[in-house]
Amino acid sequence: MIIDLERFIDEEKKYWTELETILDKLDRDPFKKMNLSEIKRFHYLYQRTSSDLARVMGFSAETEIRRYLESLVGHAYAEVHELREKPHRFSPLHWFFQAFPQTFRQHLRAFVLALVITAFGFAIGGIAITIDREAKRVILPFSHLQIDPSKRVAYEEKAGATKDRLKGKKATFSAFLMTHNTRVSLFTFAMGFTWGIGTVLLLFYNGIILGATALDFVHAGQSTFLLGWLLPHGAIEIPAILVAGQAGLILAGALIGWGRRISLKKRLRTVASELVTLLCGLAVMLIFAGIVEAFFSQYHEPVIPYDAKIIFGVSELIALILFFGLSGKSKEKLVAKD
Amino acid sequence: MLQRTNTLHIKTPEGITFALPLAGPVARFLAWIVDFACIFVIMTAINMAIQVTQVVSFDFARAASIISYFIVSIGYGILCEWYYKGQTFGKRLMSVRVMDIQGLRLQFSQIVIRNLLRFIDSLPVCYLVGGLSCLLSPKSQRLGDLAANTIVTREPKISRPDLEQLLTHKYNSLRDHPHLVARLRHHTSPHEANMALQALLRRDELDPSARVELFEQIATHFKKIIPFPQEVVDGITDEQFVRNVIDALVQASGTPRKR
Repeated sequence: MIIDLERFIDEEKKYWTELETILDKLDRDPFKKMNLSEIKRFHYLYQRTSSDLARVMGFSAETEIRRYLESLVGHAYAEVHELREKPHRFSPLHWFFQAFPQTFRQHLRAFVLALVITAFGFAIGGIAITIDREAKRVILPFSHLQIDPSKRVAYEEKAGATKDRLKGKKATFSAFLMTHNTRVSLFTFAMGFTWGIGTVLLLFYNGIILGATALDFVHAGQSTFLLGWLLPHGAIEIPAILVAGQAGLILAGALIGWGRRISLKKRLRTVASELVTLLCGLAVMLIFAGIVEAFFSQYHEPVIPYDAKIIFGVSELIALILFFGLSGKSKEKLVAKD
Repeated sequence: MLQRTNTLHIKTPEGITFALPLAGPVARFLAWIVDFACIFVIMTAINMAIQVTQVVSFDFARAASIISYFIVSIGYGILCEWYYKGQTFGKRLMSVRVMDIQGLRLQFSQIVIRNLLRFIDSLPVCYLVGGLSCLLSPKSQRLGDLAANTIVTREPKISRPDLEQLLTHKYNSLRDHPHLVARLRHHTSPHEANMALQALLRRDELDPSARVELFEQIATHFKKIIPFPQEVVDGITDEQFVRNVIDALVQASGTPRKR
């Protein structure tokens, strides 16, 4: 019990100030590493301040001192008892070529599920447009997709041959595509918080639009145009949206926690960094897809032959499959052996 | 049923419990308005800088503007909370801070997730979903906070009360009974002591009748906690009695002052 509060404060204040100084330094430099003697001193100060807090708690008058010590102990507690890995200096290459594909493989089932949902939507959209060609007025919300595909192809090829329609607009168009697609993808992920219902609906709806558009062009005999138009950017953009769906489903899985006997907090804590890795990865993919769509995909024959565009798109798709399938795998094996 | 609380208590392995006062929806909304204004100012400054490049390429300038807005609107919260350890400019101004729900160090992934889930929290307008979640969740968390395991706490301004203006170092009859003073200190909670202290600090703001009534209630309360002998409390007003109680609690030097 404290007999003389003023004396107690006078005696202990220097230790509190010292602890506060160390915490300020740690705040300013998250990568700071203390040597052994500094760690020992820090731990001593933490314990001493904790003990002071316990003593002040038994004393009725000093709520302000108690609050101050609580904030100090709370802050130091975070540093002393944090068991998770301290943030290390970020290496973009290591992250992109190892962490991102490894995380993708780790949650492959969620990606497959996102793919199946989109494919189901694709089938429904395709069937709907096959049965009733007029359905596209309801299914496809974009005016440029409402036109008859043959007329559109004829128009695009003729207009593209005479002048560059995107001249002076390419960068703006590309920026719009990147930001729009990233926003849609992040929204698809965020909807995972609705126990995955929102993510599933968005993936399904995307699939319907894709299926209806594709079959509309196929029925009009414009399959080559469709592949040449969609593949160069779609080979990256569509998988990126599926990765967003994958992240949303992982979030939903953590919320639901099928058969996992760990608390919700722990489940969410476990997947947090993996979700961020997937989201940052898909943002990089969408930046690439945005550039390709504005500067390459919108140019058709006779400006760029369809074969060249299709080969480019297929190459991208193969490269992407190899990237997700193999990148960072050797390091993964080494870690598994250890 | 889950009960709402305005304080999160964390018990350390050393057996010490500390409390983190939680920020309410109003303080958080005001912080968001300040942050919104900050984003507006940053974007205006960036757009002014970009306008210079319009001379070279209008297309590039517009693209830069679109991308900048996207990065600033999403990245502002993430970068500020990362750099300022859970605070944006708005949160600093409102003295609130994002913290890990277990009092541990805030991780970058937690910051990213809570900020990206603003997409849902901001639905349908003006953070209605987030606001409702904040009001309904036991720890005032919006959906982003729930997913990221974070809470938003108030940062109390640490200032010692001006005791000198209250405690005139005059004779305090309670101090003639040190054993009763010790019992008083033992049985008085910090909340009760603070309530009496605040009443004394704000006494001049009260109407005369309300002042008399308030100090009568407080004095009665303390007299119930420790019944001092009649000669100690006789002849002094209730306000003086409360002043003596606070003096005994705060200036606990152990040596009673002489008459």
